[in-house]
Amino acid sequence: MQLRDTPEEAAFRAELREWLAENVPKLPPEPDHSDWPARRAYESAWQALLFEAGYAGINWPVEGGGKGATPGEHLIYLEEASAAKAPEVTVGFVGQMHAGPTIIAEGSPEQKAHHLRGILDGSHVWCQGFSEPEAGSDLAGLRTKAVRDGDDYVVTGQKIWTSNATVADYCEMLVRTDPEAPKHKGITWLIMPMDLPGIEVRPLVTAHGTAEFAELFLDEVRIPVANRIGDENDGWRVANVTLSFERGTGFVGEMLDTTNLMRDLVEIAKVTPKGNGVAWDDPGIRRDLGVLAAELDALWAYTKRNVSAGAKGAMPMGSGSAFKLSYAGVVARLGDLALRILDRASLAMDDIGGQATGAQVHGRLHAFAVSLGGGTSQIQQNIIAERVLGLPRER
Amino acid sequence: MDLTLSPEQEALQEMIAGFAADRFEIDTVVRAFGEPGGFDRGAWAELAELGTFGIALPEDQGGVGLGAIDAVLVHEALAAGLVPGPLVAATLAAGLVEGVIDGSVVPALLERPAHGPVVVEHLRDADVLLVLDDDGISKVDAAGLGGTVLPHPTDPITPVTVLDAVPEGERIAGPEVARAWRRLGSLLASAQLVGLSEATTSVAVEYAKERQQFGKPIGTFQGLKHLLADCYMRTEVARSAVWSAGVNLDEPDAGDVDRALASARLMAARAATENGKTGIQVHGGMGFTWEVVAHLYLKRAWVLETQFGNPDDDAELVAAKVAG
Repeated sequence: MQLRDTPEEAAFRAELREWLAENVPKLPPEPDHSDWPARRAYESAWQALLFEAGYAGINWPVEGGGKGATPGEHLIYLEEASAAKAPEVTVGFVGQMHAGPTIIAEGSPEQKAHHLRGILDGSHVWCQGFSEPEAGSDLAGLRTKAVRDGDDYVVTGQKIWTSNATVADYCEMLVRTDPEAPKHKGITWLIMPMDLPGIEVRPLVTAHGTAEFAELFLDEVRIPVANRIGDENDGWRVANVTLSFERGTGFVGEMLDTTNLMRDLVEIAKVTPKGNGVAWDDPGIRRDLGVLAAELDALWAYTKRNVSAGAKGAMPMGSGSAFKLSYAGVVARLGDLALRILDRASLAMDDIGGQATGAQVHGRLHAFAVSLGGGTSQIQQNIIAERVLGLPRER
Repeated sequence: MDLTLSPEQEALQEMIAGFAADRFEIDTVVRAFGEPGGFDRGAWAELAELGTFGIALPEDQGGVGLGAIDAVLVHEALAAGLVPGPLVAATLAAGLVEGVIDGSVVPALLERPAHGPVVVEHLRDADVLLVLDDDGISKVDAAGLGGTVLPHPTDPITPVTVLDAVPEGERIAGPEVARAWRRLGSLLASAQLVGLSEATTSVAVEYAKERQQFGKPIGTFQGLKHLLADCYMRTEVARSAVWSAGVNLDEPDAGDVDRALASARLMAARAATENGKTGIQVHGGMGFTWEVVAHLYLKRAWVLETQFGNPDDDAELVAAKVAG
């Protein structure tokens, strides 16, 4: 075992750090969290810079146009980008973490040629059309139907929790192509251009007041058969290629940003009046924060363990689920602690008293996105119990 | 960066786990260690023969010459098998007190207390008492120390003695060694807590697969599944922190060692105590009996939780490091 960077890793880190120090300050001020067109422009501009410098698709294979970094270099990238306060990946997440890797793994040469470059250079934004109002945790129960008509699928149905749909160019879609087959066997994976006739996008405002999600209403949308990834009715398998990717390292960049948020909270606690002193004088607050910091340290170590296991073969079954389950708990408890420290300053998601208090309140609400998105914490517990511990299935 | 076991490290853990299962059968040998006069010096010497206590000592000092991380793996496996005795004390003292490395001398270890009655584990069975303070390590002959062996130790396998006073003893090492012992001692206690976390979970999972109620194994029910999934999560998160701290102790320039040790202790103590409680709960009424092993894991975790620090101090330390 080894924690130190190898000489190659150290060189990669030094070069990257220098590049980030030069380029992050060039960025315009970050737009508001709720202004999605502005966010798209901001993030795409950053992605274009990464692309020019050769850092785009850091963990994508070289044949997919990526950097082909080792897993260790990927973690160094995430660590350094977060430390440099480089833009978070939000509108680019689906393309970079789901759609792109799926196309690399399962797409045709034409699909690769048409889509991968746009994801890498920031010119194409993707959204995800998996969940439906009646298919959440039971995703395989999805009903949006696709009927073959010549060279097209005619798609009708409804999708929900579609991140970035208002600003997306393409949607990765799961549709039902065989209603008679067992539910996992009748699903197909399609690429849907968002400018096709018959698509209605209705923004869905979340509990933190932003419209990062939308509902999609699909009325006889004609999607070319050429846009299918994998075989007809093989979409469940194809989708699981991307879901396991998400459970692997999908939350690591976000976890590092949460570590930054925790450090900001300490600075707030040092100046927030409490009793005869400040909040940071309170041993209860300090110890609770110490435990959360320890858990974030542990999760970073867990990430290194999983990523190095992945580099040698495979991540242990269930490790992504255990990581996400633990991380969801940390974000929620950090948010609880933030509200205690903020006291009356927690009454707004706007900054109060010259401190960045708004982000802390926003962070507490965001914790629900972690414990609900990408498989709820309870689904992660079921996965661990059944697939790792071998407890009998209920169904 | 690599936080996975090498084939040699996997073999080391399997060897220790296999020995523990063969030689330290829980319901007979392990439980007997707790009885008055039950400390089996033959079994202890066999454990020493494997190189257990000298694992991280240089070969020219009679050790195996491996790193702190390898000692972590050994202690994880020892605790998972509920192997009894002063395991951490023996590993720390193996390079300093003659006879400890081969098991012929059994040590007990104590942090010199500022006040109050002095509670020492394993002194009943020890030949020497080693006293740790900021200035170094002192050695006291255990014979003639007196004290009261308590009839009802919380962990029936960890005998407890109360001393009225701790003699000065003979100074055998200075502050640097004391500091190194505190670090390695904390790390090994954390490693044992991880071993306990995993073992208590495994025992509970097996029970949940066998025990039938309402016509099916109780492990079918999500109420239990989710408890046990949380146990798995806590173990793996804690194990990650402890392995990382172990490697960090071997590579002190790779990160803040004291922060890593404190984070590891917090996670490992939480995992072992929470999983220990869940282990009893999953066994239902039987879990609350002396006969079923579930309580032994929790009680050992409680003993280890207060060795070389405590969660409140660890949390303060990590918080101070974050605050800079």
